[in-house]
Formats: sequence, structure tokens, C-alpha cells
Amino acid sequence: MTGTPVDLIWLAPALALLGFVLNGTLALTRPNTKTVVSVIGAGVLLAAFAVAVVVFSNFRGLHPEDPVIYRYWSWIPVGTLQVDFAFQVDQLSLVMLLIVTGVGSLIHLFSIGYMKEDPGYARYFAYLNLFVFFMLVLVLGASFPVMFVGWEGVGLCSYLLIGFWFTDAANATAGRKAFIMNRIGDFGFMVAMFMIFWSMGSLDFATVFEHAPTALAPGGAAITAITLFLFLGCTGKSAQIPLYTWLPDAMAGPTPVSALIHAATMVTAGVYLVARCNLLFAMAPVSSAVVAGVGALTALFAATIALKQWDIKRVLAYSTVSQLGYMFLAVGTGAMTAGIFHLATHAFFKALLFLGSGSVIFAMHRAYHHTHVHEDAQDMRNMGGLARYMPWTAALMWIATLAIAGLPPLAGFFSKDEILTAAHARGHVQAIWLVFWGFGLVTALLTAFYMTRLMLYSFHGPNRTGEAERAHLHEAPWIMTGPLAVLGLLTLLGGLLNVPELYRGSAWLHHWLEPVTAPGAALIPDVHLSRSSEWLLVGIAVLTAVVGVVGAWRLLKPAELVPAKQAPEERGFARILRHKWYVDEIYDALFVRPLMWLSREILWKRVDQQAIDGAAVNGAARGARALGWANRWLQTGQVGTYVAVFVVGVLLLLWRALG
Amino acid sequence: MFDPKGFFWFFGVIAMVSALLCITRRSPIASALWLVVTLFSIAALFVLLDAQFIAVLQVLVYAGAIMVLFLFVIMLLNLGRPGPSDIKGPLGLGVAVLLGAAMLFLLKPLGSATLPTAIQLPAGSVAALQQQRGIVGSVANPLFDAYLIPFEIASVLLLAAIVGAVVLAKRKL
Amino acid sequence: MLLSPALAISAVLFTLGVAGVLFRRNAIVIFMCVELMLNAVNLTFVALAQVIGVGGQVFVLFVMAVAAAEAAVGLSIILAVYRHKQSVSLQNMNLLKDG
Repeated sequence: MTGTPVDLIWLAPALALLGFVLNGTLALTRPNTKTVVSVIGAGVLLAAFAVAVVVFSNFRGLHPEDPVIYRYWSWIPVGTLQVDFAFQVDQLSLVMLLIVTGVGSLIHLFSIGYMKEDPGYARYFAYLNLFVFFMLVLVLGASFPVMFVGWEGVGLCSYLLIGFWFTDAANATAGRKAFIMNRIGDFGFMVAMFMIFWSMGSLDFATVFEHAPTALAPGGAAITAITLFLFLGCTGKSAQIPLYTWLPDAMAGPTPVSALIHAATMVTAGVYLVARCNLLFAMAPVSSAVVAGVGALTALFAATIALKQWDIKRVLAYSTVSQLGYMFLAVGTGAMTAGIFHLATHAFFKALLFLGSGSVIFAMHRAYHHTHVHEDAQDMRNMGGLARYMPWTAALMWIATLAIAGLPPLAGFFSKDEILTAAHARGHVQAIWLVFWGFGLVTALLTAFYMTRLMLYSFHGPNRTGEAERAHLHEAPWIMTGPLAVLGLLTLLGGLLNVPELYRGSAWLHHWLEPVTAPGAALIPDVHLSRSSEWLLVGIAVLTAVVGVVGAWRLLKPAELVPAKQAPEERGFARILRHKWYVDEIYDALFVRPLMWLSREILWKRVDQQAIDGAAVNGAARGARALGWANRWLQTGQVGTYVAVFVVGVLLLLWRALG
Repeated sequence: MFDPKGFFWFFGVIAMVSALLCITRRSPIASALWLVVTLFSIAALFVLLDAQFIAVLQVLVYAGAIMVLFLFVIMLLNLGRPGPSDIKGPLGLGVAVLLGAAMLFLLKPLGSATLPTAIQLPAGSVAALQQQRGIVGSVANPLFDAYLIPFEIASVLLLAAIVGAVVLAKRKL
Repeated sequence: MLLSPALAISAVLFTLGVAGVLFRRNAIVIFMCVELMLNAVNLTFVALAQVIGVGGQVFVLFVMAVAAAEAAVGLSIILAVYRHKQSVSLQNMNLLKDG
């Protein structure tokens, strides 16, 4: 306890939990009280954000050297293992706390407008509050198990929210897919936890990071295994290869959910984990290379798929996977600050993009609802020229698009550029990193291209929605456009968080995070590029982005598009991209089908029905019945029978007695 | 001239044969009478085994009282005439023969068994005792000496039997 | 030296008694076979009294007393049963049978 407002840290998750309890109760008892639910739902988030700001400013004033740890109770005291339910307030967790509560508040406000007509309104806000609670436990946790509680909890909420409209089987399936793939990753996380406890006897971050350099041989098999298993967890939670296929399907949930969970916060948990464990990853160069490589590959791979998606949310989903790949490329290279910086800027512009698309979908839905037409409100081929009807949304989304493309001076430029520079710099020491840098660069080109494509097809060119619907297309209510504007502002100014020294900036975030990232940074080869190389790299990155944007603007012809129902099927390479390189189909054939076959034929029919039900349960009954039937013959009620049995007994006794 | 073993076997065979006849007669009276013959033969065997007092008791009590009681009851219930056979069918017969054979087979080792010499008394010690105390005295003395308590209990038992028999046989309690 | 034949005869008599109990239906005859078994045992006791001591003969006395008591009570039971069932056949004494 420090005796300062920093002690109030527990309030932030507690408020979210309170919101869940209250909204949950309302959902069960009075589901129609939308006003109260809105006030509670958004209110607790805004209050949590206020707490976060207070804690942050006080923490700055304190300048503590070590993280401030609050132990609330002894959770698992078993043998040599002591795990407390404890929160750790340090520079990294505060950054995450601000992002989660800040962006979360904006999304809650947006949801008030977006979900207004939905009968499950109270349930939605209950789940959303619960999600924030778990996410805060995740980022504030002082040990692996507490973090894991949050890790699992956000997975649960993700499942609940993806399958929010569960009456449609496809949505429920998407939720299930997300949860199951996350579980595979969680297995990795748990194995890593076991190994950490085995080698270091503790699971607290402070203790582990203190003992790790001495307890484990750097570059050895143990530390490599631990970090690889941790990364497996990250691939599940943060949708990297091979466990990324759930995220595009997760778009089945409401759009604000996609914005909050699958763009800004939950999927970034993996990046946070690697940043938190930067020391461990720095001790295992092989794992770091794997992290960076997988990140770079995923970034490129997802970007190619996004080129040929027609559903507006799918494009954004693959874009998220791709940008997460960038973050992992950063943390794999050891540039933790760059990764967290990109995490923050990505939260801003991706939330803006998703919420903007939410406004678009909201408008399209309303239009179709008025004319009683059943078309896909999310398909870009049904949109077009929406800038005329929704100017604010269009303008804000353009800001986000330019940011994600990486054009200065928007937030995305600074963060993406820092990542690419770091990768290139490392390439001077380890050649493989130049390949990663190349992937990153191509991805930047593709990102600029497909995002411009999205804007072009949705907001520009002729409108394909239909004559009757056009009259009903207009801007969303201010409760939805307001948060968009705030996010737009953050996207414009977000770069100021960490302006590099190249531009005579203060690199504020880098210095802020130094106490957390220093242990790992000490073990990584420090490469300094000359000023001219840095400017060259900046130039290449900007040029790539510009080429992407302009190229899309020139090459793509929105006028040639037709509405979705009449659109022809793709051909050739475009078809492969449209079908996501058939990865889902491959997974289905390789894993899902054999498992289902195994479950159905062997485990269900053989083991459960025949062996357990048939032999064991029914067999026991049959055996008892048979024994009873056999015994019946002895109980004849006739004295003569009893005498005979008696004599048999006597004979047995005689036999035993006389040997 | 006096061959104990020969006489023993003579009376033994009579006992066995009459026992067999006893259990296979259809008429209960015939069975009872054959049992009397068996009892008499056993009494003879007792005499040959230096248990003259017991032999006399056997005739007086067993053959004289108990068997008479049996005959009374048979007559009372009018079962004297040979009625439908009460021997069980082939299954019962088979079981009985089987179990009987098994029992005989199990009891065979007793025939060649020898008692440990530690507890054996020298041959003729019973006869010597009888010379000393008299035939009745050799049985009576232990009865009032070492076996006094069982003796008293036996008398109580007989009392219980008398009362029980009277109560059970009454028409109205 | 009379021990072996005595034991042999006793064994046979006992077995005959057991067989009789097993394949006769008349309660009184079964009772008589039980008496036969008791006598076989008496013979064993008396035979062993020669070798072990006069206690064997004393015990025979007790066996006879018990046999007498048992005969009296048992026959009065058979009488009582006869009054109810008008029969002494073991087949009819089946109240233990269910239903």
C-alpha cells in the first residue's frame, strides 16, 4: 500500500464486475429497462476510466522503481506453490489499463445507439462489462495464474458475445470455433506455466523475472520450450498462424464487440504477454525469431486474403490479424515499445474502422428494414457512394484508413515505421530478419491497397443499394458518431505518444516503458542505424503506403461492381484469395473430420454405448439379475431342499477339516 | 473261542442292514421296528466295547421309551398302514445317493487314522476302572464329579422338554 | 483294536441316516433317521472311550438325554402340524415359499 490514490486500482475491475452483476440481474428480471442498463453499462466504464487516469497520474508522480504490487488474498497456498490474488501496477499495465477503459468507454457509448432495438440489450451490456472485468484482471495480474484467469475469462466472454444472436446456428458455431481454438492456445499457456513453476518454483512475475537469468540457461532447451509454449497461447488468443481462423468467423457477433474484443483489447493480450515476459523471450533467441517470423508471415498472409473479401467486417478482421502480426514482429525483434505503441495506435484506428463500419451496417440495415428487402447489409457490393449520405463517418474512416496505411503524421505511421526500422536494423545482425522486414514492407503495400479498396467500394462511386433504400440512408445518431469523432482525434494525435528522436521527438512511451522492458533489452543485440539509413527506411515505408493508396485508387473501378446477389463467382487466383487459401477447408479435413469421426465412431459408439453403457452399466444390472435368478433355485420353500444344502455345507466342512 | 472281533462284525452287519431297511421301508411302522433292531444291535456293540451300562440305557431309554413314543405317535396319526410311498422321486434319490457316497468317501480316512499316543490310555484301562468302581460307578462318578454342571443342566433341559411337549400337543392352549 | 471297525460302522450308519433324511418325505421317518444319526455318533463316542477315557461314555449319557427331550418335543410339533395340515409330508410344509 502506498497510501496514494494508486491504491484505488482495485476499483477499476470491481466497477466493471459491478456493472456485470447489476446488468445481469436486470437482464434476468427486467430485460426491457434500456435506460438504466445504458447508464450502468457505460457509467461503470467511464468511472473505471476515471480511476485509471487518477491512478496513472499519481503513479507518474511517485516515480517508483519497482512495480507496486497489491496482494488481496492468498489464493492457492499448496505445498511450495504460493499464488496470491494480486494486482501489479507498473508502467506497462497502466498503458493497457488506459487503453482498455478508454477505448472501452467509447465503444460502450457507441453500443447504446447500435444495440438500441435489440431485445437482448441488458444481456449485451452485462457480457460487455464482464469482458472488461476479465480484461482488466488480465492486464493487472501480478502472476501467471491471475493473468490466466483473465485470459480464460475474456475467452469466455468472447464466446458469449460472438454467439450473442445464438438463435442463428451459424453464430453459435462461430462462438464455439473461437472458444475451441483459444483452448488449444491455452493448453500452451498452461504447459508453459507448469514448466516455469518447475524450474523456478514460483509463478509471480516479480519472482520469475528475478530468478530466470540464473535458474535457466539462456538459449537453452528449457527457456526455449517455455517461451514457445507461451507463444502458442498467444497464437490462439491473438489469432496468429496457425490458430487465426476463428477471428474472421467471430465477425458474426455485434460490430461493437468486434471493435472492442477483436481489435482493441482481447486479441492484444498475446502481445501484452510477450511484452510482459520480454526477459524470457530475450533469453531465448530461437523463440523470439519464431515469434517475429510467425508474426511477419501472418501479417502478409492475412493481408493477401483481405484483398479479395467482400464483407466489410471480414476485410477489417483480416486486417486485424495482419496488424497483430506486425505487433508480434515487433516484440519478437525485441522492440517491445514499438509493439505496445502499435497496439495502442491500432486500438484507436481499428476501433474507429470497426465502429465506422458499424454505423454503415446500421444505416444499411435500417434501409433494408424499411423496404423489407433481405440483402446482405455487410457486403460492399451492396454499398457504394455512401460518402454522400454519411459524410462524417466517411471522413473519419478515411483518417483511420490513412493511419493504417502508414501515412504521416497519423498515428499508424509512427508505430508501423518503428517496427519496420527495428526489423531492418536487426537484419544487419541476423539475416533472416531482412526477410521479415521484406514481408512487413509488402504487407504495408497490401494494407494500403485493400483499405483504400474498402473505402472506395463502400463510400465512393455509384450507389448500388437500390432506389428505394437510398432514401433511408443517413448518418447514425450522435451517440454513435460522437465516439467515432473522439477516436478520430486519437488517431490523428496518437503518434505523439512516441515520436522518435529522429524527428527530435521525446519518445515518451519508450522512456515510460523502460523499467519494464530494460531486463530484456539488455540481452538483445543493440543495433544503431545511421541517420541516413533511418531516413531511407522512412522514405521507403511512406512510398510504399502512397503507392498502395494511389494504386488502389487508380486500378480499382467501383463503377464496374454489381450488387452481391448478381455478382459473378471469382476465378483463378482471386478465387483462392476469396476462399482464404482454403485454410478452413484444410483444417476441416486434417483435424475436424478425423476428430469427429473418432468421437462418433470410437468414443461414442464403442466406448460410451457399447463398453460403458452396455457392458458396465447394463452388464452389471444383467449380472445382478442373473445372480438373483440363480439364487431363486435355492429358495424353494421346501424343507427338503434346505436340508440338502445343509448337508452339502457339512460335507464342505468335513472336506476342509479332514484335508 | 470268544472272538470279540467276529461278534463285533456280526452285530455291526446286523446294525447296518437293519438301518438300510429302516430307511427304505414304505410303512413308517416297519421303519420304526427296523430302527429298534438297529438300536438293539448297537447295544450289543456297546457291550463289546466295555460300555455295559450304556448298553442297558440304550435298550431302556432309546429302544424302550423313545421308539415306543414314536410308535404311539404313528398310531395316533393313523399312519400305520402302508399308504402312498413317501420316498422321493429319482432326483431326490439321486441327490441322496450322491451326497451319501461323498460323505462315505470323506469319512474313509477316519478308518486308518490313529490317535496321537499322548492322549491314548493304556489298553484295558476302562476295564480296569470298571473293576475298581463297578460298571455303573465308572460312569456315575465322573457324572457327579467333573460333569456335575452339565448333569444339572440336562435335568433342566428335560423339564423344558416336558413342558414344551405338553404345551405343543394341547388342542387348546 | 476294536476302534477301526467301530468307526467304520459308525460312519456307515451316519451316512445311512443322512441319506434317509434326504430322500424321505414323511416327517416322522425323517425324525427316525435323525435318531439313527445320533446313535452312530454314540457308537463313535463309546468306541473312543476305550482309548481316551470314560468321559466318552458319560457324554453318551447326555446325548441320550437330549435325544429323549428332542423326540418328545419334536413329535408334539409334528402332532400340532398334523392338526393344521392333516398330513406329515414334508412337501406340504412349505410356508417358507413365497407366493
